[in-house]
Amino acid sequence: MRRADTKEEAAFRAEVREWLEANADRRAVGPPVPLDHSPEAEARHHEAAKVWQRKKFEGGWAAITWPVEYGGRGGTPIQQMIWNEEQATFDVPAGFIAASLGMIGPALMRFGTEEQKAYLPAMLRGDEVWCQLFSEPEAGSDLAAVRTRGEVDGDELVINGQKVWTTSANFAEKGFIVLRTNPDVPKHDGISFALIDMRQPGVEVRPLVTMRGDRHFNEVFLTDVRTPLDHVVNGIDRGWPVTTFVLMNEGAFIGTSSPVDTSAKALIEYASDAGRLDDPIARERLGEAYARDRVLGQLQDRLKAALLDGRMPDVDGSVLKILIAEWGHERAELANWLQGADGLLAGADAPVAGLWQDKVLSRGLMSVGGGTLEVHRNGLGERALRLPKEPRFDRDTAFRDLKTSG
Amino acid sequence: MPLELAEFNLSEERLEFRDTLRRFFEANAPITEVRRVMEGDASGHDPGLWRLASEELGLAGIAISEDDGGQGFGLKELGIALGEAGRSLAPIPLFASAGLAARVVQHVAGDGASEWLAPIAVGRAATLAWVEASGGWDPGAVSLEMQGSGDDVRLSGAKHFVLDAGAAETLFVVARMPGSVGDEGLSLLAVSGDASGLVRERPECVDLTRPVWTLRFDDTPARVVGAPGAAAAGLRRGLDEATALLCAEMEGGMRKVLETAVDYAAERFQFSRPIGSFQAIKHKCADLLIDYEGSRTASDGAIVAHDDGDPEAGLLSSVAKSHLGPAYVRMATESGQIQGGVGYTWEYDAHLYFRRALASKALLGDASSHRDRLARDVASRLESGEA
Repeated sequence: MRRADTKEEAAFRAEVREWLEANADRRAVGPPVPLDHSPEAEARHHEAAKVWQRKKFEGGWAAITWPVEYGGRGGTPIQQMIWNEEQATFDVPAGFIAASLGMIGPALMRFGTEEQKAYLPAMLRGDEVWCQLFSEPEAGSDLAAVRTRGEVDGDELVINGQKVWTTSANFAEKGFIVLRTNPDVPKHDGISFALIDMRQPGVEVRPLVTMRGDRHFNEVFLTDVRTPLDHVVNGIDRGWPVTTFVLMNEGAFIGTSSPVDTSAKALIEYASDAGRLDDPIARERLGEAYARDRVLGQLQDRLKAALLDGRMPDVDGSVLKILIAEWGHERAELANWLQGADGLLAGADAPVAGLWQDKVLSRGLMSVGGGTLEVHRNGLGERALRLPKEPRFDRDTAFRDLKTSG
Repeated sequence: MPLELAEFNLSEERLEFRDTLRRFFEANAPITEVRRVMEGDASGHDPGLWRLASEELGLAGIAISEDDGGQGFGLKELGIALGEAGRSLAPIPLFASAGLAARVVQHVAGDGASEWLAPIAVGRAATLAWVEASGGWDPGAVSLEMQGSGDDVRLSGAKHFVLDAGAAETLFVVARMPGSVGDEGLSLLAVSGDASGLVRERPECVDLTRPVWTLRFDDTPARVVGAPGAAAAGLRRGLDEATALLCAEMEGGMRKVLETAVDYAAERFQFSRPIGSFQAIKHKCADLLIDYEGSRTASDGAIVAHDDGDPEAGLLSSVAKSHLGPAYVRMATESGQIQGGVGYTWEYDAHLYFRRALASKALLGDASSHRDRLARDVASRLESGEA
């Protein structure tokens, strides 16, 4: 069970709340507004996120768990959790910048040279936004199959290839990229991890429009892009450990914040107002959704309790990831069903400003983003249940000799 | 290579208690013994094992207060014991007596409970009979009327789906004041196992390791427990606790089903590799784990809420039961499937757990009824501004 705050934690929580009250607005409860997926709206959101990051930095809240020497607060994961809980009740553009910080920051602190770590303060201030250049058309779940080439030319690395699913590449000043630097050795042994400048000739960013119509993601085409050799993290061909370290941190940051209360309780209220509770099938489905919300809350409390007690979690994170994705989608689909024929409509013409339709159409964010549910199920089988791995054909063969679909 | 999962919400003392019980049931209720009772004994239970569990471990009265002759522990400890009983399918009336009858008696009888709880605490088993031929688990559906009053109360009629009635020395029966409806007039009556006009019938059951019984009364003498006609609130509270405790028992069986499936998947070779290395099987095992984690969380959440006097405890019982019922059936189904042909044999134990899962899903209300309660409760709380 989750324990109550200690005296120190309560004091910290009060301090966080006081600062947030002074610097942000509480989430307003007003009429719902349709989501705006236009490029202009995305740009406004990005600007607001930069302003908020700067504000947090000046207040000393930009990176609670980072050491003071890198611009952090030197705090604990518990304090970070308290911050997250408090911030969730405020209307702030929490999202991409903090997420990318959470991925690259710890990796630089763990593997970076002093020169590479010098990027950290500007990152925290929001002056330089970073994007993650990992996935490729031929390297999705099998990320170690990246083909984007990195070739050494004097004291520089020359980069050619294509990345995909790069969040906010159109706004980013910098990027961290996974490259193939040696195709003549087995695939994990020929990968490098480099830092690049996104604002240079040869970097072409094209928006990738998702099924719900947003442009969070991009394709990035790289043609003779250059970066100094001292921007390679952990050395040439030694990028795979850095990559897996980033991926371990990624799961925690994938997720969507929604302007609508997507809880089952809110759905029950909606159904009640819409006169749908006389229908026993609606009650059954709503009761199921409510039970799932509670079970998920209890599972999340288990993770938090482990953090608060300073021990290993007693439930695997992939259990939560899978349930959040699957149950969240079913709840959104239930909302759409409850709307009856109005569920055919979207945006401002639909009930609740179409926010549930938006939710049901954003399924892939949770079921593919941050690792497909199938990859997470493999993880549960092999990590939590210690079942044997599949036989592999790609461990001992040179990368250039491996079969691919393209 | 036995499956090792991190323990969840168990203090060192409770873990030790759990391990002691596991050893006890492994030694005294191996599956061979469970099958012996299942195939041979008309009573459907093992009196020797129950005596041992009551006398050596005090399980019969573990959650009954010391003043009432019990061990004075909470529902958490009783839940741990039920989990181990559910894991082993031990043919003892632990749930019916300690998890169901004692809980209801406690809340209905109030200050007068000691008289009834003291014998239960030392292992004189009891059960609760409230459901009728209609199969409605809600006490408001009771139609059996009590006759007479004061010291001369009698019952004529029937009760169905009574757990472990073959082991019970006292049968607590829910009846109503003549002419009453709904929660009004509900009364709890105690009928002695040797009362005149009482007949116990054992219908054929899906669950071979825990039968449900039919009780027939013909002018059978009974004693009123607590105040006549005022049992509804205590009854509902007791049933909410019993629902959480049944979930704790189910959780023990689910754990066993998960372990069996994963062990089998790791050890069984086809196509020259363990079948657990195939994603088709690995993903099934992952789904068993997902079901198990949600279930043990929900079950524990409900138990702890009752122990803490949380006003949401009843709601959390329904959260748990609506989740565990279908989850246990899914798990037992898929665990059997992972075991392939042998999982379909009489000799392998997969079907015993599948049968228990089917029965547990129905007992104390199926998922639909608990979901219905959740939707109604949450809606009415929202309306009254409580939530």
